[in-house]
Amino acid sequence: MAAASITLSHNSILTPTHIPKTKTFLGVLPNSIKFPVTNSRAGATATATRSSRAVSVVPRATSVHSGSTSESGSTFHGLCYVVGDNIDTDQIIPAEYLTLVPSKPDEYEKLGSYALIGLPANYTTRFIVQNEMKTKYKIIIAGDNFGCGSSREHAPVALGASGVAAVVAESYARIFFRNSVATGEIYPLESEGRLCDECNTGDVVTIEMDESRLINHTTGKEYTLKPIGDAGPVIQAGGIFAYARNTGMIPAQN
Amino acid sequence: MASSSISATPASSFMANQKDLGRFGFSSTSQFSIHKCKKSAIPMKIMSVMTPQQSERRPGTTGSVKTSLTLTEKILARASEKPQLCPGENVWVNVDILMTHDVCGPGSIGIFKKEFGENAKVWDREKLIIIPDHYIFTSDERANRNVDILRDFCMEQNIKYFYDIKDLSNFKANPDYKGVCHIALAQEGHCRPGEVLLGTDSHTCTAGAFGQFATGIGNTDAGFVLGAGKLLLKVPPTLRFVMDGEMPDYLLAKDLILQIIGEISVSGATYKAMEFTGTTVESLTMEERMTLCNMVVEAGGKNGVIPADSTTFKYLEDKTSVGYEPVYSDAKASFLSEYRFDVSKLEPLVAKPHSPDNRALARECKDVKIDRVYIGSCTGGKTEDFLAAARVFLASGKKVKVPTFLVPATQKVWMDVYSLPVPGSGGKTCSQIFEEAGCDTPASPSCGACLGGPKDTYARMNEPIVCVSTTNRNFPGRMGHREGQIYLASPYTAAASALTGYVTDPREFLQ
Repeated sequence: MAAASITLSHNSILTPTHIPKTKTFLGVLPNSIKFPVTNSRAGATATATRSSRAVSVVPRATSVHSGSTSESGSTFHGLCYVVGDNIDTDQIIPAEYLTLVPSKPDEYEKLGSYALIGLPANYTTRFIVQNEMKTKYKIIIAGDNFGCGSSREHAPVALGASGVAAVVAESYARIFFRNSVATGEIYPLESEGRLCDECNTGDVVTIEMDESRLINHTTGKEYTLKPIGDAGPVIQAGGIFAYARNTGMIPAQN
Repeated sequence: MASSSISATPASSFMANQKDLGRFGFSSTSQFSIHKCKKSAIPMKIMSVMTPQQSERRPGTTGSVKTSLTLTEKILARASEKPQLCPGENVWVNVDILMTHDVCGPGSIGIFKKEFGENAKVWDREKLIIIPDHYIFTSDERANRNVDILRDFCMEQNIKYFYDIKDLSNFKANPDYKGVCHIALAQEGHCRPGEVLLGTDSHTCTAGAFGQFATGIGNTDAGFVLGAGKLLLKVPPTLRFVMDGEMPDYLLAKDLILQIIGEISVSGATYKAMEFTGTTVESLTMEERMTLCNMVVEAGGKNGVIPADSTTFKYLEDKTSVGYEPVYSDAKASFLSEYRFDVSKLEPLVAKPHSPDNRALARECKDVKIDRVYIGSCTGGKTEDFLAAARVFLASGKKVKVPTFLVPATQKVWMDVYSLPVPGSGGKTCSQIFEEAGCDTPASPSCGACLGGPKDTYARMNEPIVCVSTTNRNFPGRMGHREGQIYLASPYTAAASALTGYVTDPREFLQ
């Protein structure tokens, strides 16, 4: 039934006006490549990759198609931003910015510039410097129930658009987790312990997906993450539709 | 209390970290068919042969059931055309209704067009309900544009149910306009027992009050449903809440759900269904049942559900001509756990800032000075919510001490506020009682300030003030200002607090 429903999809045509906002950066790098510990460069890399993708009309789903979903060697490296428990979607992207439509490329970028702007004033180090479009933090470390609240897909989209590659939380709210994977915007990773009490905003961290490990270079400590499992290849592909096309579940566009 | 069928689910299963991801197993040979529920291992080819038999072999009606099912499991079994299933299993579910609104509709449409093609048609023009309701009465150009995007799409696709608004200066000039989607869905007869309703809004779970499966989804999932009419969903295990005892006349369903969320926390039902039963629940009206189910998402719940009964059928009598078939939990169905409450012993509650599970007795907060009261939203802006507030104002005979904002959820609710006589008032309407009490004039129906919204939204908290609100969330910034403080409460407690200027137990006026 499932397969039948997918093949029912109407004549799919590639439309250059709709730019795929899937992720390529880091996700396809072999595990052996280590980034220099100068995090600003890592951030710059992500930014550059993203903006170059924004002008591309080639759907990434085909351009990076490897024909394999077993490729899992992903490493993320950069500064982390630490938040507490129950960070809800209003803090991730306040409702006043929901007039921005994530499927429109310019509004997608704008959404990113407002990521986590709803955090209360006691977060004295802000996630995005005023008037900047991107964050310098590539990894968010959080407590329990990250992304609770509304079903707005704008939440993982805003984080992804701001330059975040992965969130490491103790647990997630259901819809946020699913939206993260469906869009392929960010890796919603789960930690074994309570990392938000052990890490500080600005620490330099590396996540090695293959090893299910997070290394905090600033403190010198290592932590075990829960494996992302089958969600990993979906996020790596750039979301559910891209994954389905890559693996032949639904016909490729064009 | 976890049963054998539950033990086959999350904790022990390989999907412990998969969360809701079942949808990625599109093909029968995917990793997801390796499952402890043996039925799911049947090859897709055979499944499609089996499918036509399903109408005659519906579980629970023919005695062919091998395992007892909960109400939620039974709806998903029927919608996925499977004779049985168990929690944790990922199943393709046929969608009866998809609802979207002005905030998530444009993005969902964008994904639908990108993935299915510019000329693609939605799977069923009568099963998609589009309800502009969030950012309507605003001069925000992008918000106005988003309603235009919905209108263009509905014209292009010939969508049957589009509750449009064009004249923003006077909502009454728009006969099609309804207002808050979850309440409009019920009032327009789109909520029916046994069905599957998905919506791009977390409070879609409200419709569980009708004994149906209803849950919120993201734009990408909605884009998929628009083209395919189905979605892969993970079957949730069910928590059962048995509420017995006579409900004191100073309590409302809002107090019951705040009690439950305080008990299990804002993540206590994550990935789970919440089924409400017991004599108290049976005694509740449909609108009160909707309040109960509306806030299950505030406990992380996937869906809330209340078995359909004569109250449900009566409500639906003049609202839909579509046939429906209610289902019920089997006597031996397995629940992950069961909570029991003696409602007669409960007291009026609030959720203090900044979390819906930050429960306290209203009387414990009597020293909390407040700046305003807000009555509205899908949670607390229904006809009965305004009747409840009016009852408190009427009983006190006094004037409010803080600005009190009233936002009827829908045009129908607004009409009721201006026309229904309040019991014991000698024929006065809610609107008359509100005016005598010094409240603000009831505003145009919409989601209003419940979620802040554009800066010019009526009653939005633009300052760091304290508000008692009948809405559903009180996380930082929810109603506008990041430093604002929101006390969630029932309409009784909200009205009582308006009269004193402090958080107030409604028994001060009702007894």
